Amino acid sequence: MTEQSYAADRGFLSTGRPGILGWIFSTDHKRIGLLYLWCIVTFFCVGMLLGLLIRLELFSPGADIMTAQTYNAAFTLHGVIMIFLFIIPGIPAAFGNLIMPIQIGARDVAFPRLNLFSWWLYVTGAALALTSLFTGGGPPDTGWTFYVPFSAQTSTNVSLAAIAVFILGFSSILTGLNFVTTIHRLRTQGMTWMRIPLFTWSLYATAWIQILATPVLGITVALLFVERMLGTGLFDPNLGGDPIMFQHLFWIYSHPAVYIMVLPGMGVVSDIVPVFARKPAFGYKAIVVSSLAIAFAGSLVWAHHMYTSGMSDTAVLVFSFLTFIVAIPSAIKVFNWLATLYQGSILLDPPLLFSLSFILLFTIGGLTGLVLGAAATDIHVHDTHFVVGHFHFTMFGGTGMAFFAAMHYWLPKIYGRMYNKAVATVAWGIIFIGFCVTYISMKVVGMMGMPRRYFDYVPEFTGLNQLATIGSWILGIGLALMFYNVIRGCFKGTPVEANPWGGASLEWQIPSPPPTENFGEDDPVVTHGPYDFKAAGIL
Amino acid sequence: MSGHEHRDDVGARFGMWLFLFTEVLLFGGLFILYAVYLHRYPHEFVTAGGELNVWFGGGNTLVLLTSSLCVAIAVTALQRGNTTLCLRLLGVTIFCAALFMVNKGFEWSAKIGHGIYPGSAHLHDLPPGEAVFFNIYYVTTGLHGIHVIIGAAVLIWTMVLIKKGRVNAGRWVMLENAGLYWHLVDLIWIFIFPLYYLILH
Amino acid sequence: MTEHAHIVPYRTFFIVWGLLLLLTATTVAVAQFNLGPFNVWVALLIATVKSGLVIAFFMHMKYESRLFLLALFAALAILAVFIGLTFFDVLYR
Repeated sequence: MTEQSYAADRGFLSTGRPGILGWIFSTDHKRIGLLYLWCIVTFFCVGMLLGLLIRLELFSPGADIMTAQTYNAAFTLHGVIMIFLFIIPGIPAAFGNLIMPIQIGARDVAFPRLNLFSWWLYVTGAALALTSLFTGGGPPDTGWTFYVPFSAQTSTNVSLAAIAVFILGFSSILTGLNFVTTIHRLRTQGMTWMRIPLFTWSLYATAWIQILATPVLGITVALLFVERMLGTGLFDPNLGGDPIMFQHLFWIYSHPAVYIMVLPGMGVVSDIVPVFARKPAFGYKAIVVSSLAIAFAGSLVWAHHMYTSGMSDTAVLVFSFLTFIVAIPSAIKVFNWLATLYQGSILLDPPLLFSLSFILLFTIGGLTGLVLGAAATDIHVHDTHFVVGHFHFTMFGGTGMAFFAAMHYWLPKIYGRMYNKAVATVAWGIIFIGFCVTYISMKVVGMMGMPRRYFDYVPEFTGLNQLATIGSWILGIGLALMFYNVIRGCFKGTPVEANPWGGASLEWQIPSPPPTENFGEDDPVVTHGPYDFKAAGIL
Repeated sequence: MSGHEHRDDVGARFGMWLFLFTEVLLFGGLFILYAVYLHRYPHEFVTAGGELNVWFGGGNTLVLLTSSLCVAIAVTALQRGNTTLCLRLLGVTIFCAALFMVNKGFEWSAKIGHGIYPGSAHLHDLPPGEAVFFNIYYVTTGLHGIHVIIGAAVLIWTMVLIKKGRVNAGRWVMLENAGLYWHLVDLIWIFIFPLYYLILH
Repeated sequence: MTEHAHIVPYRTFFIVWGLLLLLTATTVAVAQFNLGPFNVWVALLIATVKSGLVIAFFMHMKYESRLFLLALFAALAILAVFIGLTFFDVLYR
């Protein structure tokens, strides 16, 4: 495709109402997906900066660049932004919106206006969360988990943050509802359930969790709000309440939430690996079933976050046992990805590099999850930096890497332009090294006993903390290079055709960038599976 | 199949049901709390529960059940082309909603007048289990009341659309969906009523 | 794509409404007796039957595809799991 013909036809990017109004009031799933994408990337960068500041403060014991109060606010904000503004919406809202309807042969989602409303809710929630920085008693200092009694008593602006989280949750719910309906009702002719790409399957499983678990977060933050505003005392022992009940309600959502975070990432990897191994996915059905199994089993285990809270020993036993079960479907996926790669014809392009890091780092994160899931060992590492290392391995090494993989895989389709693959590879290498230095050090120092959310630490932990901080700088450099390269690629990269990677799913059969109505006048008819390269005429 | 308006009533209803599930889980969190505290304070819940007026509660139950009847009939009426009857029934439903809120208003003011409300000094003096009962009563019925108002607003909006002819015998799914939401409001109260007003032993 | 409407007769709704009123009276009556811990369970049972009637007839679930009912049971099952597993803590403190 020449630069001229590309400029002439930029598909959905140039059709429709002109100017910014044509974007922020668009009901085109692709435009909404990009609106989400750029907001999400922006908030990731803000969260990343906060992370770098936290690591800078932890460079040596005592105060380095901030007071203890500021530190508390910094890790709270880092968590709130990364979780509610980056990871949870992340892949579903950005890439789910961009790609899923195309993958099933639809023109759009089931409820396009609701989809736009979801984005507006996201923006509103984000605005309110950021407003809490500057209003009321200042930014919340409770940690993103908002535990009572402190969250009910602190003078910082927890109330506004609670409202923001409620609105963000509502955005997530509506997206989930939209996606489930879309996948049930709008599959094109020939797109049977067993021909749906694994990315879309992962979004389906995720959407169910969004629908069923998020409302519990809603009621939890609403209860916190009335506890603060009206003094309802439902979690206050003086009024007969039970603070541990807050933790139950909170984690009933927040544990399934981590599967909202990781399932789409797994879906991205499941789509990418076959394409870059030039082999159909190994165990397609097993991956489908395991996605649904993770969604279900993930809602049985929440109190493994609460072993030291004071809940009953019986509960500790039951939840520890159940937690081991949820590791099984995740492991099944890892085996399937590896089996897909085995004896494949491997193309080490950036999407695969990020996917391979996902597989490795998520596995390590998952294994450390077993240390945490086993109650006996958890007693030693609960609320230490071991936990922080664990969830950064799974959420950053896992979902984060998958998000980057998705960017490198699908943005050339969306913008019709390819980034510099060599630079992307170098950026990936720097990120990988920086990541390992940062978070392995963190896990070791956590194992040695360094608590999390502490502003200070004993001198014995200094070396590892400094190593982790240096790692964070390497990570930051890698991320900056990666974003620079991939974003530049979107607007100034070499134009590409419809199928630069040789994929067999439907999104690769339409032009890059896609036209507004995706498939033109007639709906597509599907005759083969999403990884059937032979039938698609690609192999 | 291409080019013309894509209408999917089943999909629209399915989406609405999914939304109703989220509402069930939202109130579900409050029912989890209720279950836990009922287990912990069985006697105090009886004592405190005895202070609630079964006539207000029962009366409101009848009001909501009747309003649900009206909405259900209204859908059939519209499907049969009987727009006038449909609008009248929806009007009655709105009236029932208002009646419910007025009842609730009387009930709450009576309690508040006796110093029973979240954060009050009187609640602080009560045994903890009784304070919990009243606090969770206010939160649950308050949240439910908000949903009554939302449901009524949605029905009023639907009535406007019916008047304009945009919702009619040929396309009624919007009324069905508004009705589904209203029935949910009724369903939640079906559980609230016995759990709060009929704890006598 | 107009779908074939399942129009529920007025009579059905009135019968259901009558049953609902009857069940309401029943639950009030039963509550007057001291059944110990069973009071709550009986009340919940009656409420469940009432809900079933509202869902099946007023909300047309009886006339929808099986998918709708399956989804409803999934949501209710999850709620039951949430309450049930919480009680592993609360019951044994």
